[in-house]
Amino acid sequence: MLLAITAYPLFYNLWNSFHHVDYLAPPLGGFAGISNYSKLFSDHQFVPALRNTIGFTIVSVAVEAVIGLGLALALNKRFRGRGVVRAAVLIPWAVPTVVSAELWKTMFDPQSGFVNYILTELHLPLGHTTWLAGTWTSWTAVLVADAWRNTPFMAIMLLAGLQVIPADIYEAAKIDGASAWSTFRRLTLPLLKPALMVALIYRTLSSFMVFDVIYIMTRGGPGTSTNVLGYLNWQAFLTDFDFGYGGAVSVALVVFALIIASVYVRVFRTQEV
Amino acid sequence: MNEPHRAMHTARPHTGAAVSAGAVAAARHTASRSLASRRLRPQVVARKVGFFVLLAIFVLASLFPFYWIVITSLKTNAQLAQGTSSLLPGHITWSNYSTDLTKEDFVRPLVNSAIVSLAATVITVVLASLAGYAMSRTKIRGKPLIFGFVLIAAFFPIMAMVGPLFIVYRHIGLLNSYPGLTIACLIYTMPLATWLLTSYFSQIPVALEEAAIVDGATRLQALRKIIMPVALPGVFTVTILSFILVWNDFTFALSFMETPSKFTAPLAIVNLGQSQYQVFYNLIDAAVVIISVPIALIVIFAQRRIVSGLTAGAVK
Repeated sequence: MLLAITAYPLFYNLWNSFHHVDYLAPPLGGFAGISNYSKLFSDHQFVPALRNTIGFTIVSVAVEAVIGLGLALALNKRFRGRGVVRAAVLIPWAVPTVVSAELWKTMFDPQSGFVNYILTELHLPLGHTTWLAGTWTSWTAVLVADAWRNTPFMAIMLLAGLQVIPADIYEAAKIDGASAWSTFRRLTLPLLKPALMVALIYRTLSSFMVFDVIYIMTRGGPGTSTNVLGYLNWQAFLTDFDFGYGGAVSVALVVFALIIASVYVRVFRTQEV
Repeated sequence: MNEPHRAMHTARPHTGAAVSAGAVAAARHTASRSLASRRLRPQVVARKVGFFVLLAIFVLASLFPFYWIVITSLKTNAQLAQGTSSLLPGHITWSNYSTDLTKEDFVRPLVNSAIVSLAATVITVVLASLAGYAMSRTKIRGKPLIFGFVLIAAFFPIMAMVGPLFIVYRHIGLLNSYPGLTIACLIYTMPLATWLLTSYFSQIPVALEEAAIVDGATRLQALRKIIMPVALPGVFTVTILSFILVWNDFTFALSFMETPSKFTAPLAIVNLGQSQYQVFYNLIDAAVVIISVPIALIVIFAQRRIVSGLTAGAVK
């Protein structure tokens, strides 16, 4: 059944992508050759969306990995109330995307938001920004919302990796007089590699497919400045009802996902040697 | 909160045998430090304080935005239009909640969300138990292949399924229906659930159910009466994670549910509080608070199980 659920859409997309399946422009079903694919490179939508998606993925994954690692290291220490802290930081991950997106829309709202209020109170610049009206400010808001929701996930995955590292290794390092930084770099990071790889692959792929936070916060706007492949694909399917072109975008998404996964696996494998 | 920890560090090492593991580690820490110099101690204290400041920042960053939407949801339209002038709520009104629940009919989407989430969770647990049991007990050829396939399914772009599913649903009349959305949501839950239950079941000794089968139980009876009770914590984890994943769905509901009476809660929120001239964040945030509460409660009470479920895959 799983086979049916995943393989069938893939081949259906492939079939559609080589045919005319535009419900708003019949006739349907004629062979289209590669016209849907050539449209990807000629329609001035796909390439900018691809560029945006890559930029968004790199920045969001980098931010989440760094903060997530810090959070994981902190949660790996023993202290009173660790369970409470863990629950507190886990809640942003567990709530729906619609919550994180609407929440940060409120926070960044010029009138009812917290961000402009605190910037003004502290006499910092940008206190009168209409965040979702500009390209870079929109990206900032989207990235904050995305990082807020997904950093806990990264942290929990890395925490799992930290917890399987035996404690006596650290004792040995301490006796040998290793500094905290070199312990982290020479011991923690290499031993954390398997967990890091799983977390990074998962987060990179889901960042690359980002859709709901974009839909709710910006709808790809202003204009098309925060358009991403996920949103472009959804529009092709459900506002344009062009399943040929949409199929081509979907096939492209799958191909990119495979490339990303194989690059990660290769990079981490060669480092092990 | 950090008073006992500070005390731990100012205490001399080797204070006795009856100390906790944490105290031992801390004492060892202090011992190695005091070998170098006594003057380093304030530095250790400073590091400890820095650690708790860092923790406080993490907790604040996670929870402060929730505080903000709660106070926004308690504002009147007039207060909202005036803009922010204080970190405190000021005058409190509950009218946004009652407007959401009555005039905006937010109850209907909540019920829809509950129906789909519960249905998908039950189906997931049943199917994934069967699949996980089969994967952990039988030696069929190509098991690694099936397992790899489950993994790929977990990473497969959701959006690439929306188009084909939409066309299929249109043909067989599953658009705008609970079964259609429920089936689609299994895509979120099944890979993770199968993966987790397979690993939980594998840890249960085969002898346990063999005894039952010798006594005349069928395989299904053995699964239901012997394995499931033993694997209950694992099943519980899978149930919680599945419920969260489906409750959080936005993409499928947006794509397949067409009439407002069939909208799920996240979808209804996006269409709430919009007017041509103003976005009513107080109305929106009241609804956001409402759908966050069940999830927050689940996380608070089942945090340990969620973490163990999420990390089971990462460690292997």
